[in-house]
Amino acid sequence: METGDWVRAGLRAVAGGIFAIGLALLNAPIFVFWLVALVVSPLPGFGTMLLEVLTSVVRWRADLQRRLAGRSGVLIARPYRPEPDKSGLVRWRRFRWIMTDPATWRDLGWLLPGAIIGLGLGLLTLFIPLYGVMGISLLPLWLYLGLDWFGYGMFWPIQSLSQGWLSFPQGLLILGLGLAGGPYLQTIDARFTRLFLAPTQAAELRLRVTQLTVTRADTVDAQAAELRRIERDLHDGAQARLVSLGMTIGLAEELIERDPAAARKLLAEAREASSAALVELRHLVRGIHPPVLAERGLDGAVRALALSLPVATTVDSDLPGRLDTPVESAVYFAVAEALANVIRHSGAHHAWVSLRAEEGILHALVGDDGRGGADPRRGTGLRGIESRLAAFDGTMTLSSPPGGPTVVTMELPCALSSPRISPSSGTA
Amino acid sequence: MRVVIAEDLALLRDGLTRLLEAFDFEVVETVDNGPALLPALIKQRPDVAVVDVRLPPTFTDEGLQASIAARTEIPGLPILVLSQHVEPLYARELLSDRAGGVGYLLKDRVSNVGQFVDAVRRVAAGGTAMDPEVVSQLLARREPLAVLTGREREVLGEMAEGRSNAAIAAKLFVTEKAVSKHINNIFTKLGMPPSDDDNRRVLAVLAYLNG
Repeated sequence: METGDWVRAGLRAVAGGIFAIGLALLNAPIFVFWLVALVVSPLPGFGTMLLEVLTSVVRWRADLQRRLAGRSGVLIARPYRPEPDKSGLVRWRRFRWIMTDPATWRDLGWLLPGAIIGLGLGLLTLFIPLYGVMGISLLPLWLYLGLDWFGYGMFWPIQSLSQGWLSFPQGLLILGLGLAGGPYLQTIDARFTRLFLAPTQAAELRLRVTQLTVTRADTVDAQAAELRRIERDLHDGAQARLVSLGMTIGLAEELIERDPAAARKLLAEAREASSAALVELRHLVRGIHPPVLAERGLDGAVRALALSLPVATTVDSDLPGRLDTPVESAVYFAVAEALANVIRHSGAHHAWVSLRAEEGILHALVGDDGRGGADPRRGTGLRGIESRLAAFDGTMTLSSPPGGPTVVTMELPCALSSPRISPSSGTA
Repeated sequence: MRVVIAEDLALLRDGLTRLLEAFDFEVVETVDNGPALLPALIKQRPDVAVVDVRLPPTFTDEGLQASIAARTEIPGLPILVLSQHVEPLYARELLSDRAGGVGYLLKDRVSNVGQFVDAVRRVAAGGTAMDPEVVSQLLARREPLAVLTGREREVLGEMAEGRSNAAIAAKLFVTEKAVSKHINNIFTKLGMPPSDDDNRRVLAVLAYLNG
């Protein structure tokens, strides 16, 4: 870490400390108000409504704390159960939803201890550097000269002028320690937060189920849409062409005796039509599952793809065997989409793909030397990659600062099957 | 001319056999799976083999692999590879031994019987037959080709497919002399050593295009 970096991190920690102190002071009132709301909740009318409002305040406070912990590198997922749908006995169901979720009680349990820890650590992050600044400003020296009793750092009280002057180096040291230690104090706070506010194992499983339900629905939808597209393409394309082909040949058959010249012309037409149908089928097949992917696996298919791109593309791959077919296909299309984006938007002269499998995780990186500034929210391409990969618990991250370079990182768990030797040939 | 055919679909295998026999080829053996292909090629040493890329049992690229293996055993063994799709990657692998006598065509091309038989003969004679699809994919992505004129690119494309000067001249409706002038220009502009031998010339072009 460079000097500037830890100072900046320290200053951020101090700011975070001030923020944490403020937040910690909120905890006790929130706690008390929630208990009051609980007590008055049997009252008809606004009783449960008040509890609902205060519960959402508690959750807002807990979410804020989770986000802050996330900034210190301690990631905490939201543990709450999904809201019940708004039909039937709404009040009662929502009341039950709040009361039976263990996360509600864990939040409550955290409020007071969390406030104490947050306050304590926040004060430490704030006052250690401040104490250092006080030393640097030589305030102790002036106070020593003015009052007859004052102490700083190692000297209680300051007994001589030189001890007064020494408050400067001491202050410097204390400020440095305070700034360097600030981020660690924040991490301690975050860890403590995690003890209470992280989902329990049961909650984590529930979250996982929710997530799986969503990705499964996405996958099924995408698949259905894909099948519909294929059906339409076949129906309007190859199928229609084969029908007309049959008609043309039938006609030629009729004419072959009476008008051989015309029959010959019709047969030539029929041959043309059959090539057109084949071209169409080939495009369709490429879109469903590229033949080279079936023949050569991910490695070979990406190399073949790279060869066909207008931008020079280097492929660097280290896959010891074939992946499962669905994974192979998902990653292939994801890489293809990323490369298509390179061609369409980046203005790059050179692109690269790296495929690597480490400890059961497949890392696929696509980068370019283009202008950068890619925004995943614009266009559907990157969203499509995300949902394709999500079906396999894969993730996609995009780094694209203005001016480039852009790197798309895709990761997903994978199992490699039997190693297969194939001639792989350098770069494209 | 003695031919070995490797194709797993019976309909196509019989069709190819019938077609080639109609043009006075002698089909000495037909093979319908990958593992049997290499021994057949080595045993028969045909004048030309017509091989489907994808064959049982794995339906991947064993036809191509067997062809490459056979050409390591018997250098320059003429092989025409057929496929439902063409990949410049495979073309590169087939051409990498630079021995000539290689063809790589889409199966669709069989329907144009005259041209197909012509390609088989060219490969048997040690020439080259590259599918226009492969050539156009290669031409499309090479930026340095921007230095060529439109006509020169056309000529380069025809040459890469494996055509002789005379054939190119006939196709583009120009004189043979004009074609050879274009070709010289192309070779100069791309910085390749000039060559008179048709086959070596095609290989040079393909090597250049393959990068």
